[in-house]
Amino acid sequence: MRIFIIKEFLQIIRDRRSLLILFGIPVVQILLFGFALKSEMKNVHLAIFDQSKDAYSQEISRKMLASGYFILDRNLANAQEMDDVFREGKVREILVFGNNFGEELEKNGNAKIQIITDASDPNTANIVYSYTQAIINDYLMEINATTIKPLMINIETQMRYNPELKSVFMFVPGIITIILMLVSTMMTSISITKEKEMGTMEVLLVSPVKPWQIIMGKVVPYVILSFISAIIILMISYFVFLMPFAGSLGLLLLETILFIVLALSLGVFISTVSKTQQVAMLLSMFALLLPTILLSGFIFPVKNMPEILIWISHLLPPKWFVIIIKNIMIKGNGFMLVWKETAILVGMTILFISLSIKKFKVRLE
Amino acid sequence: METIIQINQVYKSYEEIRAISDISVDIQSAELFGFIGPDGAGKSTLFRIMATLLLPDSGEVQMAHLDTIKDYKKLRTKLGYMPGRFSLYQDLTVEENLNFFAGIFKTSVSKNYHLIKDIYQQIEPFKKRKAGDLSGGMKQKLALSCALIHKPEILLLDEPTTGVDAVSRMEFWEMLHKLKTQGITIVVSTPYMDEASLCDRVALMQKGKIMGVDKPQKIVDLFSKHLIGVKAKNMYGLVNKLREYPLCHSAYLFGEWIHFSSEQEVVKNKLQEFLRSKGIYDAQMQNIQPNMEDSFIDLMTQNIIE
Repeated sequence: MRIFIIKEFLQIIRDRRSLLILFGIPVVQILLFGFALKSEMKNVHLAIFDQSKDAYSQEISRKMLASGYFILDRNLANAQEMDDVFREGKVREILVFGNNFGEELEKNGNAKIQIITDASDPNTANIVYSYTQAIINDYLMEINATTIKPLMINIETQMRYNPELKSVFMFVPGIITIILMLVSTMMTSISITKEKEMGTMEVLLVSPVKPWQIIMGKVVPYVILSFISAIIILMISYFVFLMPFAGSLGLLLLETILFIVLALSLGVFISTVSKTQQVAMLLSMFALLLPTILLSGFIFPVKNMPEILIWISHLLPPKWFVIIIKNIMIKGNGFMLVWKETAILVGMTILFISLSIKKFKVRLE
Repeated sequence: METIIQINQVYKSYEEIRAISDISVDIQSAELFGFIGPDGAGKSTLFRIMATLLLPDSGEVQMAHLDTIKDYKKLRTKLGYMPGRFSLYQDLTVEENLNFFAGIFKTSVSKNYHLIKDIYQQIEPFKKRKAGDLSGGMKQKLALSCALIHKPEILLLDEPTTGVDAVSRMEFWEMLHKLKTQGITIVVSTPYMDEASLCDRVALMQKGKIMGVDKPQKIVDLFSKHLIGVKAKNMYGLVNKLREYPLCHSAYLFGEWIHFSSEQEVVKNKLQEFLRSKGIYDAQMQNIQPNMEDSFIDLMTQNIIE
């Protein structure tokens, strides 16, 4: 099997097209999506409801506006105005300081800020929130550097119109999922059908190599390459776009490997049912990629779709993976909260691997 | 001599189309056996059945005392198979291809180097070149090396010389003769009649059937007609006119001569007279020996009449 893996690596490295799909597309996509969202992040309309008006609250407000991401739309005088500004539609975020913000911070070393966002546009709401969080944390680090007793600011969030952010998809989970799906499934299915088309499969079959060895020889190199690709996406999203990362990195990477293996086994399965590279490509593009984009909730919230589409979305592996990444990355949940989704992915993987080994033809017909 | 391949009443159809029917041949150990026939005669189908890649509709094939259906796993370790189409990795170098095929048969290039030495030495200067960039003849030498690297008992070569230049073809056959002395049974298919004489025995195939199995010379001796060679400036016109001659059995163009055959002895003067009456004045004639192709066409036409 080692010889298979070496051969496959050599072939991938020699083929510029595969390399481009493996590494070029992910980077370009993540940068495109990232900067498209980032440009929107300039000049976000912000309203401030400062009931305390002390040195701390004013310093935070000033830092927010100085960041370049926010423009002050107005200062609010009372709580009733909050609904009105959101309804006007321009303001995306309201920053609320309690009555004795500065006092509490000095006395207890602990104070509360409320961030209210308009989550009818979930992506923006989420990004606006994470930027605000970053600015406040930055400020805290600054003042804690000179005080002996560390100060804490609790950030309380409220997502208006779309509480709990249930349909909200950060773009990174969606992009990671789609890219892994595209790269892993399409690449393996194409590379196996290529052996059929070139006639090399004929020679491989008339050799003592077992079907699982041929399949593993195909899967292992792509697991490694897709994993590197996934790490690149994560690094870009974390360092370039400052995505929040709350959970355990190890868990996320393990889940990523699981999903890659699943996508690859799906690719192997596709290759066992298609004869030519074109068929394999069409199958992975239209039968997998489109539903993934449309039904994973990446662009359109699945919640609002007809019942039947929701059911179909349950059958798609990406849906579960997106839930997992979202839980780990944004909510910071541990394994105990994603074990169900993980179990579903493991089940699907086993299903596809056994199906492919069963369907794998030891002869030409 | 020991029979190493037994093909027994094998039939195979693809949906409606009958690919091969009622094929029965025995091939001896260390024999160089050729299946000769035009494209579409069913040679590749038969080779794939022997290579365990296709299941026959009926009949059975025993290779090295193993059944191609039941014992295919065991049998695959003993076969060297070279498909009709160049089937190596074009994006890997010569060396990488060889190492890969040695690897999947759990052997190494150095272990069986003596087997491929003669062949591989000719392509060794290009070992860093990608297989896809090799010439037709070199590709076939590489493919043969790869098929041989695990020291198979039986070597199945499906049209190994198709699309290869004349010099490389001769070299290739010389190699096969050398391999035979190592005790490897070699089964070759080819559409070229002139290669038939290079085999120990041949089976002539036509439309999925075997028309005859024998030593090449015996097959040539089967030719029962009278044969003369005819040539003129206007060869196309000559063929047509010859076919109009009442005593004509067949007239085919082989190289510079038209092979004209007849059931009866051909009287050259009479034929010359006939051609003149048809407006051909420059016809030359000479006696020629029948070759494999004459015999093949003769058998083929008999087959049609039957």
